[in-house]
Order: sequence, then C-alpha cells, then structure tokens
Amino acid sequence: MDTSTAHSPIMLIGRLTQEFFCGFGSLTVFAARILAGLKSGLPRRHVIVPILYEVGVRSVPVVLITGTFIGMVMAVQTYQQFKMMHMESRLGAIITMTLVSELGPVLAATMLAGRVGSAMAAELGTMRVTEQVHAISALGADPVHYLVVPRFLACVTLIPLLTAIADSVGILAGWLFSWQVLGINSHHYWMYAVQFVTGWDVVAGLIKSVFFGCAIATIACRQGFHCGAGAEGVGRAATQAFVLSFIAILGLDFLLTVMLNTTYYLIWPQAVSLAMTVGAAS
Amino acid sequence: MNVPAIELSGVSCVFGSQAVLRNLNLTIAVGETVAIIGESGCGKSVTMKVMMKLLSPTSGQLKWFGHDVSRLPSAEQQRQRLRLGYLFQGAALFDSLTIYENVAFGLRMAGRHAEDHIQDIVVSRLKEVGLNADIVRKRPSEISGGMQKRVGLARALALSPDVMFYDEPTTGLDPVNSRRIDELIHSVREIHGVTGIIVTHDLRTVQRVADRIVMLYPRHKLNEDDSQVIFDGPLSELATSQEARVREYVGDELESPASQAA
Repeated sequence: MDTSTAHSPIMLIGRLTQEFFCGFGSLTVFAARILAGLKSGLPRRHVIVPILYEVGVRSVPVVLITGTFIGMVMAVQTYQQFKMMHMESRLGAIITMTLVSELGPVLAATMLAGRVGSAMAAELGTMRVTEQVHAISALGADPVHYLVVPRFLACVTLIPLLTAIADSVGILAGWLFSWQVLGINSHHYWMYAVQFVTGWDVVAGLIKSVFFGCAIATIACRQGFHCGAGAEGVGRAATQAFVLSFIAILGLDFLLTVMLNTTYYLIWPQAVSLAMTVGAAS
Repeated sequence: MNVPAIELSGVSCVFGSQAVLRNLNLTIAVGETVAIIGESGCGKSVTMKVMMKLLSPTSGQLKWFGHDVSRLPSAEQQRQRLRLGYLFQGAALFDSLTIYENVAFGLRMAGRHAEDHIQDIVVSRLKEVGLNADIVRKRPSEISGGMQKRVGLARALALSPDVMFYDEPTTGLDPVNSRRIDELIHSVREIHGVTGIIVTHDLRTVQRVADRIVMLYPRHKLNEDDSQVIFDGPLSELATSQEARVREYVGDELESPASQAA
C-alpha cells in the first residue's frame, strides 16, 4: 500500500498548517523590521512625497467612484425594505451608519488593496528579481527603510483620509439619489443621519481604516520582497498581495468591530439602554 | 602577515533542501583580482553574495578585513560594507531614478558629502567609465546595456570601495563592450588599487584581468567530504591543468602561456 497516498489528506492538512504558520511568522518578522525601520528615522522628503502622491492623490478618483456607487446602491436596496415598514424617511440613518462604520472603510480598503497593494507588490517584486533590492543593500542603505517604510507610512496615513472621502461621497450620493429619485425629504434624510450616527461610529470606522492600511502595506511589501523569480513570480506576488490583503481586511474588520463595540459599551454602559429607549420612542 | 580582504571559513548555504555551498573555504588577499569560474549552478554568484553579505550563510564564518561580520554591530557592518562595491549582472540600476541619482544614491545615503561634492564625484566617476555628463538626466531604460553596466560600475565606484565584486560583468555584451568593461576592471585595479572578485563564464575576461582563478564544482555532483573548490591557482596553471573537470570546462579556449608570451 502506498503510504504517501494513504496519508495524503493528513499530509495536506499538515502542509497547509505549516505553510500558514510559516507565512504568518514571516509576516510578523517583516512587520517587526518595518517597526525597526520606523525607529531609525522618517524617510526623506524626496522619497516619500512621490509615494504619498501615488497612494493618496492618484487613488482619489477610484475612491470617489466607489463611494458614489455604494451610496446610491445602499439607497436603492434599503428603500423598498424601509417603505414596506413606512420608514423610508430614515434612509439617511441606515446609509450613513452603514457607510461610516462598515462599507466605507472595508470597500475603500479593498479598492486600495487592489490598486495600491498590488502595484506595491509588483514594483517591489520587480526590484527584487532585477536585484535592485540587493543593490540598495550593497550601497549601504537598508531596503526596508528606503522602500517599505515610506509605503507603510503612506498607507497608514492616507487610507483613513481616503476612507473619509469615500464615506462623505457615499453619504452625499445616497442623499442626492434619495431626494431626487426616490423622493425622500432632504430634511428627514439629514436629521436621522445625525440622530443615529455618533462621533464614535465615525472614529471607529477611521480606526479600522488605519489597521487596514497597516495590513495592506505590510502584506503587499512582504509579498514583493519575497516574490519568486521572473515575471511569473512578480505576477503571483501581486495577486497574492490582493487576495491576502482582502482576507486580512475582512478578518480585521470582524475582530475590530467586536473589540470596538466592547470598548464602546465598557466606556458608555448607559448607551445600551439609551439606544433601546431611542428605538422604542421612534 | 597581511589581513585578507575577504575570508570565508566553512561556509554552507542551503536553500530549502538544496545545499548550494557546503564547507567552503576561500581567502581573497588585499590587492589581488580573483576570478571565480565554474559551470552554471555551482554557486559562484551565491558565493559572491555571501561574501558581500547580501545572502546570509546557513553556517560558517565570513570576515571582512579580519573582522568577523556576524559579530559586528549593525551600524559598523553598514560602515564596513561601504568598503565593498558590487557590479550586478544586469547592472541593477534603479529605474525610477535618473543616471545622476543612481550614481549619487550611495553617497546621499551615506550622508557624508554636500550636494556640490556629490555632483563632482558623480561627474568624475561617469567620466572615468567613459560616459559623458550629458546622460545624467536620462533614465536607465534610455541607455544601452553596455552603458548601464558602466553606470553600475560608476555607482559602485562612487563610494571609493576597497573591494569590488563583479557579477558576470560581460554577460550579454558585444565583444567591443566586453573589452571595454575588462579594461575598466583592469584600470579600477591599477588606478585605485582595488581588490577584485569576478564571477564569470567568459574565459577571455579571466585571461585579461585575473591574477588567480578559483573554480567551483556543483555541490550535488560531489561527495559529502569533497571540496567544492576544484582549482585554485594562477592562469598559467589553469591552462595546463590536467584535472578532467577543469579541462572539460576550460576546453581549448585558454591560450597556453607560451602563445600568450608570443
């Protein structure tokens, strides 16, 4: 009997488990190198400014388009449901709440993982296979400090800003569509939006986007730095950067939602009863 | 006794399950030019990258000018590394930077020179490798392969290294550019007294520039205890070596010392 075939499912599970922990360990070590790079000083202006432009300014059109369509789709989807319950005037609340706390951060981060993360992995991967990363070391510089730290800082600082833009545009597009097409009273849209959405929801959404930015930059740069040989290796690194970033965004979203909600109710325990009172009164 | 420029003692380098180097011992004296030759996959480039510490050996010891590199604090290691220059096989120029920025890169990173001084060094190094200052605004993609190699050499020389590593410096170049690179390697040694380590398949380059030749043999074709270095000596000995594996690699390409003298 062929033992390798007999044990193959177990071996497969073992191999996948080993790969998962090796990958996670490698990512952790890489994150530690980024932190060490951050400690050794901020990147020079002529290095970081083009990256800020690439990550921030050039992502604005994508984020505007994404935000606009999410806002309008939210209005279309929720209108019928709310109308059946005669609550269509509260569209503003659901659109704003969903965008600010969930869809805005997650979809903006997903778009940026596709646009920025894949490009970073491909760029760094190309630099690796053409020995440019080794050349940086050979010239006495730290490749992580020179290549990764600026990209990490750009993602961490600009992804929350881009998320804020996506949120704002989505809320505005949802309002415009609700008011002009669905005939929702503009005053009611904004009144319920303000009533149901707290400052904490906005801050929680932005906190999530900071973590998403960290994850996208770390994963994308790590995939680029460890990419395989040739064009195939670079292509695979770019694809893996997006897929792994997307999984990380969803996983982090769940964990952060649980943690932030727990923190919120620990800080303001009365909020549970208040929310129930407002719900009952409305 | 003079301290060697580079010393590898019992160095092994394993990638996954494949051992590329095992128990390799090699010493490069100050001022000599050593060519490392051998068939593809024998670990020539890996040896050079280990010497430069671009790759960390799995085991063994690496010394730069008598200093055990693994014991050097990272700042000192960076400082010592600036004494070593590296010309990459494909030049490895940074394609997002101009030629000027490429050559100035190491100087700017070292942070020891004012921009005016950096400009002087860049222009003089480019001139030294036979390039005009009018290419400084171009990107690497806008110049030929031979020029890229020369820019790569200028970039490495900008930091005034004591040791230069040349990874297949003439691969992919036409005979004219190959000769030009060989002449540059020779002049770098003559003018700056730089120790040279060259990995190459081009026996004409070996003939033109090397004092000593080290031939490696692929690890997987050897027994556990066999040395990976199957030849270590001057060119005259290489040309007359009767070792079958050396003869197989060298063939009739090398001129005999007698015909060289003629």
